Amino acid sequence: MARISAGVATSHVPAIGRAIDTGQTQTDYWKPMFDGFEFSRRWEEAEKPDVVFLVYNDHATAFSLDLIPTFAIGVADAYEIADEGFGARPVPRVEGHADLAWHIAGSVIEQDFDLTIVNKMDVDHGLTVPLSLMFGQPDAWPCKVIPFAVNVVQYPVPSGRRCYNLGKAIRTAIQTYDEDLNIQIWGTGGMSHQLQGPRAGLINQPWDNAFLTDIVDNVDRLISIPPEEYIREAGSEGIELVMWLIMRGALDDKVTELHRHYHVPASNTAIGHIILKNGK
Amino acid sequence: MTRSRPYDDVPGTTVFDERMSRKGYHLNQFCMTLMKPENRERFKADNRAYLDEWPMTEAQKQAVIDRDYNKMLSLGGNIYFLAKIFSSDGLSFQFAASTMTGVTEEAYVQMMLSGGRSPDGNRYKYEWERS
Repeated sequence: MARISAGVATSHVPAIGRAIDTGQTQTDYWKPMFDGFEFSRRWEEAEKPDVVFLVYNDHATAFSLDLIPTFAIGVADAYEIADEGFGARPVPRVEGHADLAWHIAGSVIEQDFDLTIVNKMDVDHGLTVPLSLMFGQPDAWPCKVIPFAVNVVQYPVPSGRRCYNLGKAIRTAIQTYDEDLNIQIWGTGGMSHQLQGPRAGLINQPWDNAFLTDIVDNVDRLISIPPEEYIREAGSEGIELVMWLIMRGALDDKVTELHRHYHVPASNTAIGHIILKNGK
Repeated sequence: MTRSRPYDDVPGTTVFDERMSRKGYHLNQFCMTLMKPENRERFKADNRAYLDEWPMTEAQKQAVIDRDYNKMLSLGGNIYFLAKIFSSDGLSFQFAASTMTGVTEEAYVQMMLSGGRSPDGNRYKYEWERS
């Protein structure tokens, strides 16, 4: 049987990708941010997941305003790296797991969540930056990836509670897949940041740190946070944190925190990262 | 019956709801075309001619030519779409953000290095109107 062994949350700022791709990870500016992922890369080398179920948001890349799915699951064998306006990142293409993805899509839809099924899409920094942070710069990614895109661009966006319950449905789906696979679920984006308007640059360190603490064992508080609180307290783009709740919903009620990292700033953003192992 | 919009009292922030999306549809769709290198070249060679291919308002076109991101936001632009414009210009998100806050890039970078803009005094519109 397939099993979810761990959950990972991490921010996915494009400037991090640029720092990696241009060899700047050891500069004074970037080193403290990247140091917080050294444990994570060593841990992944030992864990060797077969599949990462990667929850992220598309940043007006695969989905324009022509089509705006709230939840979209990739069921392709492979995904190309998007050109977001400055050329595609020089990273390996992403190999999918079509059979498992179709299984999850079917099971989750039967559990009353409407998913958009995607056979073809390019993936942007929201998906590739977390892969780079966790796996470094390999010639090929060491596992298969199921991209799961969440709309956090066009309001209304899905609530935290809905995301959390969706995570539970994904968990049920994965647990009913016959093949013996080690699966991780990642929730990406956040933490506090605002990229637009006269209020750009907002960072809320106490709020972020409370979120990091409560995602371990007080998730009931987090799933009650309404969208306007994310905007007000964590900046307009802080709403991405609802994607962490999909990850958390897919894990056991009791988890063990293996690693945590928080750093300000990366470009406009507060970087948050946590690894949660299933079970106590 | 009007839907509640409890985020409308957040200062200096445009929430991309259906009001903005309907206004900004063509502006944002124009931005999407800048993901192709050949389109970036054509746009860079002649902003005006490229924009004239789109059924955008004159105010939207002028805001793009002026690279006035706050104006573009007010006319329905969404920041992730508008990012294709400054990316085509070879400029960073941090630079674009600094232009929206009315300070130099240097001052903005310094603010971020010092921990970013505090939420204190920046949660409600009345806090900005008072000062």
